[in-house]
Amino acid sequence: MAMSVLWSVMVVAALVCGLWTGQSGAVAAAAMEGAAAAVELCLSMAGVLCLWMGVMEVMRRSGLADGLSRLLRPLLGRLYPAFARDDRVMEPLSANISANLLGLGNAATPLGVQAARQMARRTPGVASDALCMLVVCNTASIQLIPTTVASVRAAAGCAAPFDILPAVWLASACSVTAGILAAKLFARLWSAAEGQEGQP
Amino acid sequence: MTLWADLLVPLVLAAVALWGVARRVDVYGALSTGAGEGLGVLIKIAPPLVGLLTAVYMLRASGALELAADLLAPVLTVLGIPPETVGLLLVRPVSGSAALGVGAELISAYGPDSLIGRTAAVMLGSTETTFYTVAVYFGAAGIKRTRYTIPAALCADLAGFVAAAWAVRICFG
Repeated sequence: MAMSVLWSVMVVAALVCGLWTGQSGAVAAAAMEGAAAAVELCLSMAGVLCLWMGVMEVMRRSGLADGLSRLLRPLLGRLYPAFARDDRVMEPLSANISANLLGLGNAATPLGVQAARQMARRTPGVASDALCMLVVCNTASIQLIPTTVASVRAAAGCAAPFDILPAVWLASACSVTAGILAAKLFARLWSAAEGQEGQP
Repeated sequence: MTLWADLLVPLVLAAVALWGVARRVDVYGALSTGAGEGLGVLIKIAPPLVGLLTAVYMLRASGALELAADLLAPVLTVLGIPPETVGLLLVRPVSGSAALGVGAELISAYGPDSLIGRTAAVMLGSTETTFYTVAVYFGAAGIKRTRYTIPAALCADLAGFVAAAWAVRICFG
C-alpha cells in the first residue's frame, strides 16, 4: 500500500506542479522517458547482476559462503534473529554485508536481493521485520570507499579527493544506526497497530 | 586507494575461483547456474522499476522538487545543513544519477574543498538511492505490503544528511 500511495502522490504532484510551472509538455515527455529509462537500467545492470549471482553460487558450493556467514553470525544473528539458523538466508546476507564493506556496490545488490528472496519464502507478499531491516540497512549505504564521489571531486580539481573519508564513515555510521533504530522502533509500533486492527 | 579500487573486483573473482577449484567445485557450472537465476530476478525487478522511474522522471520535469526546495531551505538551516544542498537532499532518495549530477554541480560551483562542496560529497557518499533500492529488493522478492520500510529508510536518509553536515564541520572546522 505504501508504494501505491507514494506513486499516486508523485504522479499527481507532477501533474499539478507541471501545470503551475507551465511544464506540462515536459512532464508528459518525461513519463515516456522514465519508462524507457527503467528498462535501459535493467538491461545495463543485467550482466553485473547475473555475474555476482553466479559468483555467489560458486561461493555457496565451495563452502566460502558458509565460512563467511559463520564469521558474521554474531552480528547478523542479532539483527535478524528470525533467520539466525537459516543458512539459505545467512549466506547471501553475509556476502551482501561483505560486498558493501569492500565497496563493491554492484555486487552487494544481487547478493542482498538473493537474501531478500529467501526471506520472502516465509511471508509471501508481506515484508517481515527481517525484510524491512534488510532493505533499510541497504538503503543506508555502508561503503567504506566511495569511489564515484571521489572521482567527481578529482574532476573538479581536488588535490586530495579522499580526504572526506572520515566524514563519510561518520555520516554512514549515523545513518545506518538511525535506520536500524527506526526499523526496530517501527516494528514495535506497527505490530501493536496491526494487532488492534485484528490483522496477522 | 585507486589501485585498491582497480584491483578489488579481479581479486575477489580470482580468489573465489581459486578457492572453488581447490575444493573441487565445478566453478564454471556453478557460475552459469547462478547467472541463470539472475535473469529470473531481473524479470521480476523490471516492472516495478518502470513504475517508479516514470513517476520520478515526471516529478523532476514538473519542477516540483525546486518548489519543495524553496519551502524546505529554512528548515535545513535550523538542522545545521547548508541550505544550498536542499536540491541534492530531495533528489538523493529518488534518483542516483540525478543526485550525482546535482552533487557534481555543487562541487564544481562552490569548489571541492569548500564547506558546501565537501558536505555535498559526504552526503553522496554516505546515503543510497532509497526508493530504487526498495523497488529492486521488494520487486525481486514479490513483496506487496512494504509496511514500515519506507518511513524507516527515510529516517536513515535524514540522519545521514544531518550527520554529513555535522561531520564535515567536525572534520574540517
